[in-house]
Amino acid sequence: MDSTAVRPGATSGKRRRSGPLAWVSRDGLSSLFFLLPLLLIFGAFSWFPILRSFVMAVQETNLVSTPTFVGLDNFANVLADPLFGKAIGNTAYFAILALVIGYPMPLVLAIVMSETRRFRSVYSALAYLPVVVPPVVAVLLWKVFYRGGTNGAFNSILGLVGLGPVQWLGDAAMAMPSIVVEATWAAFGGTVIIYLAALVSVPPELYDAAEVDGANIWNKIRYVTLPHMRGILFITLILQLIATAQIFTEPFLLTEGGPANSTTTVLLLIYNYAFGSSLGGHFGEAAALSLMLAAFLGVFTAVYFWLTRSWSTTS
Amino acid sequence: MTGKLNRRFLTLAMAALAVVTVSACSAASATPTAAPAAATDAPTAAGTAAPAATDTHKPVSITVGVLRPGATQEATDALNLQITEFEAKYPWVTVVPNEYNWTAPTFTAQLAGGTLPTVFNIPFTDGKGLIAQHQIVNIDSRVRALGYADKFNPNVLVNGEDADGKIYAVPITAYGMSLTYNRTLFTQAGLDPNKPPTTWDEVKADAKIIATKTGVAGFAQMATQNTGGWQLTTMTYALGGRMETVDAKTGKVTATVNNSYTKAALTYLQGLRWTDNSMGSTFDYNWGTINQEFAAGQIGMFTGGSDLYTAMVQNDALKAADYGITTIPLASDPNAGVLGGGNLVAVNVISTEAQRDAAVNFIDFYYMNKLRTQAGAVADAQALKANNQPVGVPALPIFDKATYDQSLVWIKDYINVPTDQMTPFTSKINTQPLVTEPRYNTQDLYKALDPVVQAVLTDKNADISKLLDAANVAVQKIIDTPAAS
Repeated sequence: MDSTAVRPGATSGKRRRSGPLAWVSRDGLSSLFFLLPLLLIFGAFSWFPILRSFVMAVQETNLVSTPTFVGLDNFANVLADPLFGKAIGNTAYFAILALVIGYPMPLVLAIVMSETRRFRSVYSALAYLPVVVPPVVAVLLWKVFYRGGTNGAFNSILGLVGLGPVQWLGDAAMAMPSIVVEATWAAFGGTVIIYLAALVSVPPELYDAAEVDGANIWNKIRYVTLPHMRGILFITLILQLIATAQIFTEPFLLTEGGPANSTTTVLLLIYNYAFGSSLGGHFGEAAALSLMLAAFLGVFTAVYFWLTRSWSTTS
Repeated sequence: MTGKLNRRFLTLAMAALAVVTVSACSAASATPTAAPAAATDAPTAAGTAAPAATDTHKPVSITVGVLRPGATQEATDALNLQITEFEAKYPWVTVVPNEYNWTAPTFTAQLAGGTLPTVFNIPFTDGKGLIAQHQIVNIDSRVRALGYADKFNPNVLVNGEDADGKIYAVPITAYGMSLTYNRTLFTQAGLDPNKPPTTWDEVKADAKIIATKTGVAGFAQMATQNTGGWQLTTMTYALGGRMETVDAKTGKVTATVNNSYTKAALTYLQGLRWTDNSMGSTFDYNWGTINQEFAAGQIGMFTGGSDLYTAMVQNDALKAADYGITTIPLASDPNAGVLGGGNLVAVNVISTEAQRDAAVNFIDFYYMNKLRTQAGAVADAQALKANNQPVGVPALPIFDKATYDQSLVWIKDYINVPTDQMTPFTSKINTQPLVTEPRYNTQDLYKALDPVVQAVLTDKNADISKLLDAANVAVQKIIDTPAAS
């Protein structure tokens, strides 16, 4: 398409000069100049590590000694690790809990907030506030809330009504749900803002027409709001699934994967491969598992879009 | 036309990316080859104890990992005073103190990233592994040139030597595991702080009394960042068990973490946690957080190194009156012993010959002088006391016991730690058999046991035998996997 386009001022009868000089004269150099920082930063911190991980995945390396080629041994080692299945199970459990707890909540809040006439911006700011708090600070704050003794914030509240104390993070059954609650609190603000923006774009006359047809609030949401937000909802769903598959900060800081590996997620396992041994990490296995996760997420995303291709466009 | 332009631009962009990638590759690939080549020993004139004149040396700068993160201003001032004295003695050397505290994950990252200081310390458990992987410098001739290498306690020095007896790392501290207890909580619970428990049964009984009468943990246990396995090994040793055996003929190492003593230790903890409810409500302590909570008066007793007092004063504002320390109770089993550990100081392989000379001089000045010379011991004690830092914390001899006792005499006027409160430990530690930590894949072994300890402390129905059997398989697999070299 581009090659047939006629630029304003271009002489249609003459063939344009090509070659480096022509490219320079057409401001190609200045474009490159402005792109260069981006290329350098992405090259050094994103593309190069990605390329390097492919190499490291087939090497035994601790980044200090000379690496040796080991073929697919790292992949085999990861698959044979008893913690591999455990980490996948934990990550899936986290994803399901996050979906059940974390996915509908921003939507409900956004709808409620969009219906309010006063202080909507205040509510938006309050909802977004957790996103502004640095993740590490937020997690450490929640760690204090979750303290298992009677002096923990949540246990103090429970104590007022004669309940608890609960081992929020010190009980294998409670640890993961506790992490999900914190992670949901930390992330829902951003999604609320996206949903609020999408809700504004729904034509108000559709609601008026629905009202004329006798629709109640639930019917308006079901037949007007949700169909208009379908595209956004599908995108946020896949983004959430990808994010939950890569959950790291919360289990790392809150539980370090414990108790007894009950919150060891795939990313935490990758971290443990790389940094778990003080005598030099198993970076090859860490890279291998990273690639396996990336491949899974790539395939999962493709399948998701293929399966939802007929529903995901806004009508 | 635009399409061509895009293609050309893309080509150039990709070329730029290739340049970035290649240059980054070159930088990265330089590291592995540098390590083995750099790990050789080539002493120069400065390796001797006597410094030469300034004009014979080119200026050299070294970084030293001697400042614990979060250290008080007084601790920093004491360190700066010592560095000033060193630089006065070696005027061509500039010493830059770095914040450094050995933990398994941060050390790995620093090692791989090449960001370790020139001089850094490591636990005894990592000496052999780092030597085998050529990750620390052979400083044998430099250390021997100092003139006292043969005076080191051989059982301690061995942790920093290779199979041929070449010195790669110098021992700087040695400790025996102890039972640290809070005297104030003992008093509040109606116990006599001058009569700490001497058997595990007494520990259990006292823990229950403290928990019941004060509401805090009577006994706490580390459980994360490899410390769970470390402390479980301590308790296993105290009962008479071992975590590894080595076949004398074949040299084959066999993991034995599922031995009956370890099972007994975990059953003991299970009783404290679930029957007596004596362990409070926090079960994810590591070395730093258990010190912090102890100093905050939230823990009655815990097992840890005998040298914790300094860290707790420097980082956790410990009240001296709270601190009590006694020996670990030993079972009547003939193999029962105290787990002994310690720290080595090593030199980064990413260093020049001049830096290695300066590094060994610094090790001699900062770490060794205070252990073996009166002037060094007094100067160190003066600097520490002037900045309200602990002087006279119990330790085990790096050289021989006579040298250690002599050093205590030299600094007796400066000792400011509550030595009376340490008597239950200092009066008995020399009568207890000291057992070294497991020799092979020590930190991996500890790491594999962390989840076992966590399971026992957080799951009432934890199956100890099943957990230990699984951990034993995991440890054996690690032992059988040849290390990268």
